[in-house]
Amino acid sequence: MTAVVRSGLALPSPAPILRALRRMAAGAVAMAMVAVAWETYKWMGGRTNDHWPGTSFGLPVRTNDLVMPHVGTIWGALWDPVQRGRSQTLAGFLFQSARFTFNEAAMGFAIGTVIGLFLAVLMLRFSTAERGLMPWINISQTVPLIALAPIIVTWGRGTFLSDTQAVSIIATYLTFFPVAVNALQGLQSPAKADLELMRSYAAPWSQTLWKLRVPSARPYLFPAFKLAATLSVVGAIVGEISAGVRGGLGRAVLNFATIYSTGPEKLYAAVLASAMLGLFVFVLVTGVERIVDRNQNRGESGNTTREA
Amino acid sequence: MTDPAIVASGIGKIFNRNSDNAVTALTDIDLSVEPGEFVSLIGPSGCGKSTMLRIFGDLISATTGSVEVFGKPASQARLDRDYGMAFQKAGLFDWRKVSANIELPLELAGWSKDRRAYRSQEMLSLVKLQDFGDNYPWQLSGGMQQRVAIARALSFEPKLLLMDEPFGALDEMTREHMQVELLRIYREAGTTVVFVTHSIPEAAFLSDRVVVLSPRPGRVHSVIDVDLGVRNEDTRESERFFRATTEIREALRSVEANS
Repeated sequence: MTAVVRSGLALPSPAPILRALRRMAAGAVAMAMVAVAWETYKWMGGRTNDHWPGTSFGLPVRTNDLVMPHVGTIWGALWDPVQRGRSQTLAGFLFQSARFTFNEAAMGFAIGTVIGLFLAVLMLRFSTAERGLMPWINISQTVPLIALAPIIVTWGRGTFLSDTQAVSIIATYLTFFPVAVNALQGLQSPAKADLELMRSYAAPWSQTLWKLRVPSARPYLFPAFKLAATLSVVGAIVGEISAGVRGGLGRAVLNFATIYSTGPEKLYAAVLASAMLGLFVFVLVTGVERIVDRNQNRGESGNTTREA
Repeated sequence: MTDPAIVASGIGKIFNRNSDNAVTALTDIDLSVEPGEFVSLIGPSGCGKSTMLRIFGDLISATTGSVEVFGKPASQARLDRDYGMAFQKAGLFDWRKVSANIELPLELAGWSKDRRAYRSQEMLSLVKLQDFGDNYPWQLSGGMQQRVAIARALSFEPKLLLMDEPFGALDEMTREHMQVELLRIYREAGTTVVFVTHSIPEAAFLSDRVVVLSPRPGRVHSVIDVDLGVRNEDTRESERFFRATTEIREALRSVEANS
């Protein structure tokens, strides 16, 4: 018959640190390539007076130092004082702002995830709830956040919520959606035969949920968590801007936008910091996923099944 | 003890009953299965044999008629966990180790951890996979997975084992090997089996009785008694086996001719 490789460890991962380093190196190379492309475009525009070489077609983006500061200028600005007369560097200031925004986003992510999972289970249990809620859940995401954010902040001021907590609520508003939708799909993903098996064991609804539906939903959940994590950062930044909350990246972006004409590199640096924060939360969720994966040891890829 | 394992009387099943595309899947099914008996349901595709099995197992309800399992309604038998089920797909849970898969019904029934572990080890020996408890299902071959599924179905000593083409996805050699294994397990566990298949040799080899169904709507065409005595690999080349398969084949041919 068939012989089977029986190592419970499956593929012995060859030095995970090495692989992480390789991934980081790939990321660094990608960023370097963007920088090179940026500088090349800028150099070309400078030579042709912002036209495509040899034509009279204008370039889509002008290349002067106000519109496109040199990569080196942006990098250099990071290590200059954030403001004349202050000892804190721009990088330090952005890091501090990012931490502030991260706290709001993390709270929003946590609440949004809980609400999303709750809604998914509710919709799973009661199909009337699914029919009734789903349209609203979808509509909720078409309302522009810019319009909604001040409303939430104003409501919050009438209650016990601080402005930063209101910002978290705004982040929640963006994060619950992918979690609710994907979790529902995941909870509904078990094959009919698996559900019939549970029925044949006379398993009550709650046991079917915990022992079949929730584990089946796991592959659906992490993509949703990754999306929700990055959305929570977007929500927090937009929320800060709308609410006029000081201390976070949203405020930094707003401030640097007003002084753009005298220091465009600062706004670029703030945008870069926002992107980094988004990347950071994404990597954070991915890390958690890897840990969970290791414990669950799932053979999703199938390449660990080896028969001789 | 003297209650028959299954008494089905006047079973009918109509799908989409109140719509234009209503389909009569089964009509006028009367069948009884004795405790300890191995009964196969065979018939052309669309004859409702799977539907019948699922009605026996209370996975779906009959439109007409009644099913009694060990003297009680099928729904009660299900709640009493009288059924073990195995389908064409092994249907093991990927995220559970093999032993945890076998322990699933025991967990649901509230067995203690020690008792579960002891039983799963017993069941693994029964299906000759004692060294594979700590593996994940996807690390096993198809035949091994199917054996785990059978071990899972038998782990809580159900009185009735319902199997729907459990070996349908296996290659011929593995399949014949699994049939011998199933008969051994069936004898050792002393259970009752209702087995859906579309393989004539499989039905002949395994069964005490073969129920031949005719399609559209599914009815019992004939019931064939098979007595092959003690079965092993040599049985497949015996005269009696040949006669049994011939009898089943002819019944199926007359089914085809009439439909």
